[in-house]
Amino acid sequence: MTRIRFREPSIIPGFRLTFGFTILYLFLIVIVPIVGLYMKTFELDWPSFWRILTGSRFQAALKLSFGASLLAALFNVVIGLLIAWVIVRYRFFARRLVDAIIDLPFALPTAVAGIALTALYVPQGWIGRLFSPYGITIAYTPLGIWIALVFIGLPFVVRTVQPVLEDFNAEVEEAAATLGASRLTTIVRVILPALLPAILTGFSLAFARAVGEYGSVIFIAGNIPRQTEILPLLIVFRLEERDYAAASAIAAIMLTVSFLILLLVNLIQSWSNRRFGNV
Amino acid sequence: MSKGVFKKSVSPVTEPPAVRYLLIGLSILVLAVFLVLPLVTVFVQALQMGLWQALATFSDPDAISAILLTLLVAAIAVPCNLVFGIAAAWAIAKYRFPGRSFLITLIDLPFSVSPVVAGLVYILLLGPFTPVGAWFLQDFGVRIIFAVPGIVLATIFVTFPFIARELIPLMQDQGTGDEEAALSLGASGWQTFWHVTLPNVKWALLYGVLLCNARAMGEFGAVAVISGKLRGETVTMPLQIELYYQEFRALAQVSAFSLAAVLAGLALVTLVLKSWLEWRYADQLAAGNRGH
Amino acid sequence: MELGIRDVRKEFNQYPALHGVSLDIRPGELIALLGPSGSGKTTLLRLIAGLDFPTSGQILFGDEDASNKTVQERNVGFVFQHYALFRHMNVADNIGFGLKVRPGASRPAKAEIRRRASELLDLVQLSGLEKRYPAQLSGGQRQRVALARALAIEPKILLLDEPFGALDAQVRRELRRWLREIHDTTGHTTVFVTHDQEEALELADRVVVMSQGRIEQVGTADEVYDQPNSPFVYGFIGESSSLPVRVANGELWLADRAIGLGAQDVPDGDAILYFRPQEIELLDGCGGCIAGTVAASRRVAGSRRVELKIGGQREQVEIELPVGHPAAQQSRVAFRPRRYKVFPAKAT
Repeated sequence: MTRIRFREPSIIPGFRLTFGFTILYLFLIVIVPIVGLYMKTFELDWPSFWRILTGSRFQAALKLSFGASLLAALFNVVIGLLIAWVIVRYRFFARRLVDAIIDLPFALPTAVAGIALTALYVPQGWIGRLFSPYGITIAYTPLGIWIALVFIGLPFVVRTVQPVLEDFNAEVEEAAATLGASRLTTIVRVILPALLPAILTGFSLAFARAVGEYGSVIFIAGNIPRQTEILPLLIVFRLEERDYAAASAIAAIMLTVSFLILLLVNLIQSWSNRRFGNV
Repeated sequence: MSKGVFKKSVSPVTEPPAVRYLLIGLSILVLAVFLVLPLVTVFVQALQMGLWQALATFSDPDAISAILLTLLVAAIAVPCNLVFGIAAAWAIAKYRFPGRSFLITLIDLPFSVSPVVAGLVYILLLGPFTPVGAWFLQDFGVRIIFAVPGIVLATIFVTFPFIARELIPLMQDQGTGDEEAALSLGASGWQTFWHVTLPNVKWALLYGVLLCNARAMGEFGAVAVISGKLRGETVTMPLQIELYYQEFRALAQVSAFSLAAVLAGLALVTLVLKSWLEWRYADQLAAGNRGH
Repeated sequence: MELGIRDVRKEFNQYPALHGVSLDIRPGELIALLGPSGSGKTTLLRLIAGLDFPTSGQILFGDEDASNKTVQERNVGFVFQHYALFRHMNVADNIGFGLKVRPGASRPAKAEIRRRASELLDLVQLSGLEKRYPAQLSGGQRQRVALARALAIEPKILLLDEPFGALDAQVRRELRRWLREIHDTTGHTTVFVTHDQEEALELADRVVVMSQGRIEQVGTADEVYDQPNSPFVYGFIGESSSLPVRVANGELWLADRAIGLGAQDVPDGDAILYFRPQEIELLDGCGGCIAGTVAASRRVAGSRRVELKIGGQREQVEIELPVGHPAAQQSRVAFRPRRYKVFPAKAT
């Protein structure tokens, strides 16, 4: 009888060591704490869980977090496509600089981004000043939250679309042209559909990041309960009140949403690989 | 019409120059407003009362201890994740076993977890009111939560994908041919690793370390939740920025932005090095896997 | 549709890719542009399509000057080397694309587009694959879809860039025959680019041999094979051997001996003799012949190839003998080409 093996045979040594260490590390750092979070949440009975879910403060924060994140991620899709297109397709003097600066939101600590954005968008700030004569306040309103979420989500769509656009075969565009398609038709009906999986992936990543974002938002948000209070901040307040069960319930909901988004991203990618492959 | 004059001699796969310039202009404008302006603001705000006032921040004991703590945390978290990244990449890229793609998804997980949640899970697990936390506190006199160990743990959590996710795709692309050749020539496992595998991935490793370090030094949410914010003890640079910022004194504002300027400078150095690596060693980094 | 190319010149960044090329293609003709890479054949094809624009010169579609028309206005069917199928569209949508993007009035109804697509799929023998995506097709099938898509717009001219370049040998041969059949059925004026002489000679009504941005010769397969008009064409099409000779008074001389071949139109002086290895006669004695020592002999399919060293061992030519011919065993062989061509030495 053949022994069932976990892995395919290989002469390369070190599988036990590296695999064992990887699993142990993941287990201690990720799995145990996350399981712990769900277990803590299950300590709640249904009525109290329901009370948290239906609480007006939670509901308001939920709507704000998801609404602002959705709008920010959608905006990121538009400008992300624009910037990716410009970087890949055009040659201009500052192209390299533009390409490098895209990653600033990944590199700049969120607290730094938070205070900088606030300084810009308060009514006396460089940008806030331009809007305050019209009665538009940006800092300490949902608009300010949206600005911060656009900032931190900006690189995602650019970085997912860029490689796909770089690999896009010019012959395909020429083919569309020989078949009589105008440039705009070619972009809308040939290029954009091909970028769609990358756009969806970038959108999902930007959205997930925005929902969980804390540092860059809390400075500019104003943090007024039921108005400009985001979900992660609500968790922090519950923690400060030592209401661990409530904090973990909110966290568990957010975490579940993150898992679903992650699952969605993986499904999009495997679906598009299966269907469209590499022609 | 004269022979050899071509009105419409525009390539069918590009746009008219006017459209091109418009799109380029629009992109630069968007980036200037959303990215460059905030960056410039940090330095302008730091220097609003002059260079001396900005530099005075760094004689404040709180600021000094925040800087030292940040360095300490990064000095622990980055090497931990370096070892993990190499081990995980080795196990995933050099062997075939069921569940590899699930393992990769699991490694990517911290990217989609809110930093606040990342801090919270450790409080729930290791806080002084939990069995584990109480055991550490009573039997060893070690506080984990609202202390430095917790900060380190939270930082490890939020930064641990960086190195692994740079190495895994690259090592998968490289396959096992080089290692098999070295082993067939009589090298031991460790020799193979040191002399064959490591040189093949060194630039990707540096790239990952760079990004990991930037995030480790700049992490705010996870650390804010877990630190307890004891001035001079459990306050890292980003937290100290918040504390200064909340004082609402003009001088404290300058201090907040001065400390922020240091981190912004670090971010700029990171971007420059990252771009240099991408430009110089593009072929030795994982393709199409930039950012994050 | 008749196609006229008038003194077309193309430069890429000052570097000339085509030097004043002229060519007339008759309606319904199947033309091969044959040449090594860098000969300008693909550039010429792209200029005809309107994917690039000439630096100077004219391209005429019938009597109409097409030089100023965009690719969209020219209505040419173009089949790309790597097919360039739209990978997010299924086969039917790929084929129907050209009809769907027509402006309102001239756009056929949806049902009509669908009918045309399945008709064309029949023509390219892929019925039933309407719903497949390009990723689910083999290379040969993709090529057929690409052709059906190009035919769907009822093109004035069909242009194919290395249509079989990316396929393996077996599929290539099948598709070659099939393309000829399609051409005979549809009657489109067709131009295809290839670097494969066998493909060009077998398929095309006329072959345009190109080299270094110039047309070397235009003619039927027989003409370019039997009467090559330049050393390049002689060397590029079919097998050839060459030998430096000297022309004096209309006779060819090898060193100090006349070799019994005349050269009427060639000026006196150094020249090069070209002949096919198989078009030779062996001679016993050598009163006016080429004689050499056998350097190597090897079996090639149905014949035997013999390498001869000639005249002080410096020159080497190949001749072909029937298998088992006793001459292959000898150490010296004397022969004379039955058919040959002499070009002045400076022309090479």
